[in-house]
Amino acid sequence: MNIHEYQAKAILREFGVPVPDGHVCYNGASAREWAKRLGEGPWVVKAQIHAGGRGKGGGVKLARTADEVRNTARDMLGMTLRTHQTGPDGKVVNRVLVENGCNIGTELYVSLLVDRATSLVTVMASTEGGMDIEEVAANTPEKIFKEAIDPLLGLTSFQCRNLAFSLGLTGKLTNKAVSLFKGLYATFIGCDCSLLEINPLVVTKEGELLALDAKFGFDDNAVFRHPRIGDMRDYDEEDPNEVEASQHDLSYVSLAGNIGCLVNGAGLAMATMDIIKHSGGNPANFLDVGGGATIERVTEAFKIILSDKNVKGILVNIFGGIMKCDVIATGVIEAAKQVSLKVPLVVRLEGTNVARGKQLLAESGLNIVAADGMADAAQKIVQAVAAC
Amino acid sequence: MSILIDKNTRVITQGLGATGLFHALGAREYGTQMVGGVTPGKGGTTVDGFAVFDTVKEAVQKTGATASVIYVPPPFAADAIMEAVDAGIELVCCITEGIPVLDMVKVKQFMKGKNTRLVGPNCPGVITPGQCKIGIMPGYIHKPGKIGVVSRSGTLTYEAVWQLTNVGLGQSTCVGIGGDPVNGTNHLDVLKMFEEDPGTEAVIMIGEIGGSSEEEGAWFVKEQMTKPVAAYIAGVTAPPGKRMGHAGAIISGGKGTAEEKVAVLKECGISVAASPAEMAQALLKIYRPTA
Repeated sequence: MNIHEYQAKAILREFGVPVPDGHVCYNGASAREWAKRLGEGPWVVKAQIHAGGRGKGGGVKLARTADEVRNTARDMLGMTLRTHQTGPDGKVVNRVLVENGCNIGTELYVSLLVDRATSLVTVMASTEGGMDIEEVAANTPEKIFKEAIDPLLGLTSFQCRNLAFSLGLTGKLTNKAVSLFKGLYATFIGCDCSLLEINPLVVTKEGELLALDAKFGFDDNAVFRHPRIGDMRDYDEEDPNEVEASQHDLSYVSLAGNIGCLVNGAGLAMATMDIIKHSGGNPANFLDVGGGATIERVTEAFKIILSDKNVKGILVNIFGGIMKCDVIATGVIEAAKQVSLKVPLVVRLEGTNVARGKQLLAESGLNIVAADGMADAAQKIVQAVAAC
Repeated sequence: MSILIDKNTRVITQGLGATGLFHALGAREYGTQMVGGVTPGKGGTTVDGFAVFDTVKEAVQKTGATASVIYVPPPFAADAIMEAVDAGIELVCCITEGIPVLDMVKVKQFMKGKNTRLVGPNCPGVITPGQCKIGIMPGYIHKPGKIGVVSRSGTLTYEAVWQLTNVGLGQSTCVGIGGDPVNGTNHLDVLKMFEEDPGTEAVIMIGEIGGSSEEEGAWFVKEQMTKPVAAYIAGVTAPPGKRMGHAGAIISGGKGTAEEKVAVLKECGISVAASPAEMAQALLKIYRPTA
């Protein structure tokens, strides 16, 4: 899961990482009040959405007076911000962060992540702050410095100094950098992050280090031990169907196509999307019903798939291993009845008691097309949708 | 012949709750030597004929177990893995899905220099058809034979195995390495074992978006492997930045796309199936079964 920048900065503050003073605001009047409480200005008003590239889209603006803060916040709140990360529909701004401005000297980059190749948390730092780090990595890899962290020792001071010197932080800045890197590592471990990115990390003209922007990714598997972070989840920022699915323990991702998929197992679910594409169709979603495809779960899954108005047909692909196909068939039939299914439904069942499962589907009186194998299933649903 | 497990493998179950017990019974029925279980606090009891022990160490001493399968819930699973490693078990299969990644980072560090092989977590397990089944896969779809299968996905592995069985190709061993970003065994480890196993003649490798385990395996295939390898990579249609069910199935920073992986695999001489329905055919294009 992701959180907003103002929430990220509040967490960093708790772990002793220096960030500009600021406050989240929901309307122009409170933005003006907070600006006056925070300092003398100038201030920065930042749209809070879960996407990068806000500056270019008009979501980050400088304000020199408290009235200007109010007006800017008013303009920003309610606007739809489109950046390279929001998709063409953009995202509505419901909160803004009002923050003290600072005198930027130089801009640096630092992030922590779990490096899958080494299975270690790794710090990545670069002199190229404010830039797209993937481009830096591709074009000038020599400008990226890394330290892999022993989980039993933690990030050591010498590793922090290595990073600081690589970034050109010398003199008094060295110790400030060591303390900042250690604070970031403590945050990463303390919150079970999957990603913690500070871009830019700035050196102010006054010689201070400040995390000017912060992006967190949390390990969904570990949110259970951080209920406070779970509470920071902003459902407005997420696809409503994906939220609904997660509440039923269904793994769902919405896509742009028109063929809904209901599959057991993540790998098979991805493969099902792929074979639809391979057969000339377009998948509307990824959906893994998991190991226990009960009537309730299948019904919920159908409801979620059908709430996407683009869906013109559904492909069910189940490899019943431990689960028996006749049980799954009963679930599909019941679910189809409950949601009074109107779009074509192709069902591919394989595994234990498959003959009985197919028989149940055939005798159900519902318009269910049975398929043999994945290729057959994909062709049948693509043809059925094309004929609509 | 086979890799990792055979008819002599003696298996204990860590976490004999409802799920663990269900699959332990299934494995015993398949013919696996299921020699006991570990549930702290319930040592000395017996469940459905399985002797229960308080600790893995005690279970190993009393049963001569060489492998362990873990169904312990996610918050406690990393500890269960380390306990098995500490007890000197040769093979640990962790089925549990949802273990925090940072727990696994610690486990990996703990395992350095020790002799245990960890398969998983978040995996279906390992099966040597006709001899030993450790995990949650349906036994009957398999058939003893000479094809090795390695995969990050459970049901997609069943799909591949089913295709193989239907064209008359049995399997030497099938290894589900799991869908998590930090795991015990990757494609490369398993490919090396298949290369050395006289009972394996060819391999199907199944991958998906995220990470670079498939590419690392592919370079080994190109440089050192003498046996034919076919593959399928899932997720051509997966959007970037979205976790596709598995914690490790995510395209991040433009890295780990299916296209990228397929290109490397092809470059390394692997026969890549264009669709998941063609995995067995992709293998038959480059492999003629011996009599």
